[in-house]
This record gives sequence, structure tokens and C-alpha cells, in this order.
Amino acid sequence: MIPLSYYITVSTVMFVIGLVGVLIRRNFLIILFSIELMLNAANINLIAFSRHYGEIDGQVISLFIITIAAAEAAIGLAIIIVLFRKKAITNVDELNLMKW
Amino acid sequence: MTELLFFLYFAVMTIVSSVLTVGLRSPVYCALALLSTLLHVAGLFVLLHAEFVAALQVIVYAGAVLVLYIFVIMLLDLKTVEKFLHKQVGIAIFFGVVLIFEILIGLFQSPLFSSAPKVIAQAEAPIGNTAEVGIALFTKYLLPFEIVGIILLGAVIGALVLAKKVPAS
Repeated sequence: MIPLSYYITVSTVMFVIGLVGVLIRRNFLIILFSIELMLNAANINLIAFSRHYGEIDGQVISLFIITIAAAEAAIGLAIIIVLFRKKAITNVDELNLMKW
Repeated sequence: MTELLFFLYFAVMTIVSSVLTVGLRSPVYCALALLSTLLHVAGLFVLLHAEFVAALQVIVYAGAVLVLYIFVIMLLDLKTVEKFLHKQVGIAIFFGVVLIFEILIGLFQSPLFSSAPKVIAQAEAPIGNTAEVGIALFTKYLLPFEIVGIILLGAVIGALVLAKKVPAS
């Protein structure tokens, strides 16, 4: 039986890697990848606690998170395609149309 | 002992491939590193006796979502650019490391980790993991389940509306 703290450590490190990825990358797609990493870290947390307390609820909620991530991927990619059709860029620094 | 060995393999591979996901230059390589991350996270789920979620992770994430991403990468024909990182990469990594230690110190001092785990013995759960999740999903979590269905429908419609070609007026 592996202690809960090991799983929490893995998910913390993975979450922070995703966060740093959002901060340092310029490409729109890689930022979406980093968001997927953070959602997966949350999933690891939920399932580790679900195992720790012997309840099934964490697994059900992680299913919801997977669903939401799929929806987010679909919408995000649609936005990227529209942007690319209009401006042919994927660099988030150049997307300053709504900045004032 | 074997369990710990498998855990170490999956954990190390998860961390390494997530670092590669945010650190590699070419978007296609990033997508493949993300695929490796998702598969190893599914391995962690199996170690946590969440077999149904692990299967869904492989089927939905690695199967459907990743294919969608790779499809868009191929469609946009992204070039590997020279400057793929922001200027603030050093400060972001520094604060990331600080944040890791901050979260871990906060977590390990909480009373949570001193509580003993309540693990169901295998004999006490005669129905499988999938049946258990299914029962919870269709009784206790019926309303959130329906709401998630509506969210998915909204996402489908939204993606269609967004990516549709606007008629020249």
C-alpha cells in the first residue's frame, strides 16, 4: 500500500509544471496542453483521496473532470482554428485585439 | 514491493513526460509527450484501484482528445519556431519551484496525513469498480451527470458555430 502523500507529491509537481507551462510558452496549443496537465493533476488528487477514504465519490467527480476537459479541448481548438483563419498566428503575445 | 516499483516507474515517467510536454520545441513532440503523460497517469489510476477511470483516461483522453489536438496541429501546419519561450521563463520556473515547496509544506503539516487510510478490503467490495462507479453515477450523481451531458451538447454546438465559415455579407 503506497502512502497518500506520494500521490499528492506527484500531483503537486505535475500541477506546477502545468502552471509554469502556461506562463512560459508562446504557442496557444501548448498552453492548452498545460491546462490538460493541470486537470490531470487534479484527477490524481481526487482518485488518491477517494482510495484513502474508501469512497467512490472522487472517481465519479474525476469522470466529470474528464468530460469537461474534452469539452474545453473542443471549444479551445475551435477558437484556435478561427483565429488562425483570420490572422494566421498561434503566438499568444500577438493576440492583443482586446487589450487597451 | 512490486507495487512500489510500479508506482515509482509511473510517477517518474509522468513527471518526466510532463516536463517534456512544456519544454519541447516542436508541437508534435509536445503532443506525443502529453500522450505519454496521460498513459502513465492511467497507470497511476490502476495502482489506485480505479480501473474504470483508467480505462476512460486511455479511451477518452489518449484516444479522442489527443487525436483532436494532433489533427489541429496537422491542419494548421505549425512550424517549429526559434523563440518558443517567453522572456519570463527564469522567473516563472523559480516561482514554480517555490510554489511546489510551499504547497508540499502546507500539505504535510495538515492533520490530513496523520489519519489512517480506510481501505475497503477486496472481500467487502464484491461488485467491480465499474459497477460501483455506475451505481454512484446513476443514483447519487444523477443530476450532475445530466448537467455534464448538457455541457457536452453545448460544447458540440459551440464548436460547430465557432468553426463554421462565415458567409461573406
